[in-house]
Amino acid sequence: MAHPGEVSLVTPVREVFSETLNLASGRTLAGFELITETYGHLNAQRSNAVLICHALSGNHHAAGRYDLSDPKPGWWDLHVGPGKAVDTNRFFVVSLNNIGGCDGSSGPNTLNPETQQPWGPEFPQVSVADWVMTQAMLADRLGIDSWAAVIGGSLGGMQALHWAAHYPDRVRNCVALAAAPKLTAQNIAFNEIARQAILSDPDWLAGHYQRESANPARGLSLARMVGHLTYMSADGMSDRFGRDTREGPSNAIDPGEMVFQVESYLRYQGKQFSTRFDANTYLLMTRALDRFDIAADFNDSLSEAMAATSSRMLIIAFSSDWRFSPARSRELVDALLAAGKPVSYAEIETDAGHDAFLLDEPHYTGLFSAWMQRVVI
Amino acid sequence: MRYDLTQIESWIPEGSRVLDLGCGDGAFLNRLQETRRVQGMGLELDPDNLIAATQRGIDIVQQDMDQGLSNFPEDSFEIVVLAHALQVLHRPDKVLQDMVRIGHEAIVTFPNFGHWRCRLHLGLNGRMPVSKDLPFHWYDTPNIHFCTVKDFEALCSNLNIAIMDRDIVSGPTTALFKQWLPNLFGSTAIFRIKACD
Repeated sequence: MAHPGEVSLVTPVREVFSETLNLASGRTLAGFELITETYGHLNAQRSNAVLICHALSGNHHAAGRYDLSDPKPGWWDLHVGPGKAVDTNRFFVVSLNNIGGCDGSSGPNTLNPETQQPWGPEFPQVSVADWVMTQAMLADRLGIDSWAAVIGGSLGGMQALHWAAHYPDRVRNCVALAAAPKLTAQNIAFNEIARQAILSDPDWLAGHYQRESANPARGLSLARMVGHLTYMSADGMSDRFGRDTREGPSNAIDPGEMVFQVESYLRYQGKQFSTRFDANTYLLMTRALDRFDIAADFNDSLSEAMAATSSRMLIIAFSSDWRFSPARSRELVDALLAAGKPVSYAEIETDAGHDAFLLDEPHYTGLFSAWMQRVVI
Repeated sequence: MRYDLTQIESWIPEGSRVLDLGCGDGAFLNRLQETRRVQGMGLELDPDNLIAATQRGIDIVQQDMDQGLSNFPEDSFEIVVLAHALQVLHRPDKVLQDMVRIGHEAIVTFPNFGHWRCRLHLGLNGRMPVSKDLPFHWYDTPNIHFCTVKDFEALCSNLNIAIMDRDIVSGPTTALFKQWLPNLFGSTAIFRIKACD
């Protein structure tokens, strides 16, 4: 049973690992848990497995629904399902919530086994390298020696690139959408504004808000408003909102009153996010993003990093994405060309900005699907 | 298959790495993969062509040749092909220099503007030629840099590019004359070139 075009009803699976994790930060984690979902069937040769890596605010619920009455399917249902780009009739698709996340895997909002208290701000800082390491442990557990493809957009694309450069024997195809080899100063600056919004909320309580049954919702909401703004393009916003005003009489006395539709939209996005996301996770994820540099372990040479890969590569950028602009994707392409590696690259014409990788733009979907159909399983 | 493509195919060594500039829907590279077992890569701008080439299993990079090809390293391909696209480039000279830098060899084909029909059309009518093969007007044509066989050879000489082979396509009635007067009777020119040592 499922909605048309969707994977059958999904049940998340909890994987418990007792191994001690040595994190890139130098700290350790004595065991951890991953919440995962899978779609499709692993073939007898175990050669058709595809890993989906989520971005900043994503989670394990990439496709399908838990219940037919769920209002919306998973966050990447447009591209994961039967007959879609990541075709669940062909592939066995694995999706997980990364550690440090807030949707069920070990993270700030789960219990620290030593204290039986929520980790809160004491959860160790994790990195893209740590996430990929835990994903590799998950692959081991599922009996997957090499992924047919590792796929991600934005921060998820960075994980896919890390896989390709550090585990070349375990990745046969790699897709990095709206990604970058590392963040620019401007990009880090946006993350810093988001963090400061959270840290300056009176309910932040030095990160121990959960213990006190509080939530820095205002800070988290503001952080999301800034973030969300940077994921859209100026043209896209003009098309969608223009200078449309909200209905009803204006009360010019209240300076905080919303006048334009775009304000209402941003506030709504922020508020929704603040009820579902964890502030400590937001700090941790943005830090992981800031610190990522695919060249760091390769003498700071991007072409050396790309020379370490042995997978077929697809890089896609989006014309109006100014957060992870096409120029950043072309750096990856040029490094791959310099290393003599096979690569396909396209810059998709769209006004949907950074978030375009989540959407269904015909040329994007067409190219992504065509490329995935050539993945050998 | 277009005659110039048949000729190019005969100049492609087995198993070589081939970069096709302006590869369209990838049909030609796909054929080379089958007949010459080449490792092909294409450059293309049109998004529908990108999808079509990808469906054929061609690695394809969306890039505008007019913005340069400096991101392709020296000697990274055995052969670089530019079929019927020289005349649409803003700076054909720069692209030719890049081609012989990126490839050990390069193959270029272009419509010969010195062909007798073009000369006759311009000579008799005093107007820019419009034909079945080149159906555009001077103001809306993508073909902004026409040249003749002699022009091309002069440019190669200026750029220190060696001409290794030349073939000329002509109509059946003038086939006999093309060897003696290629610039007059050739409708399409095909050159195999490389950087001078």
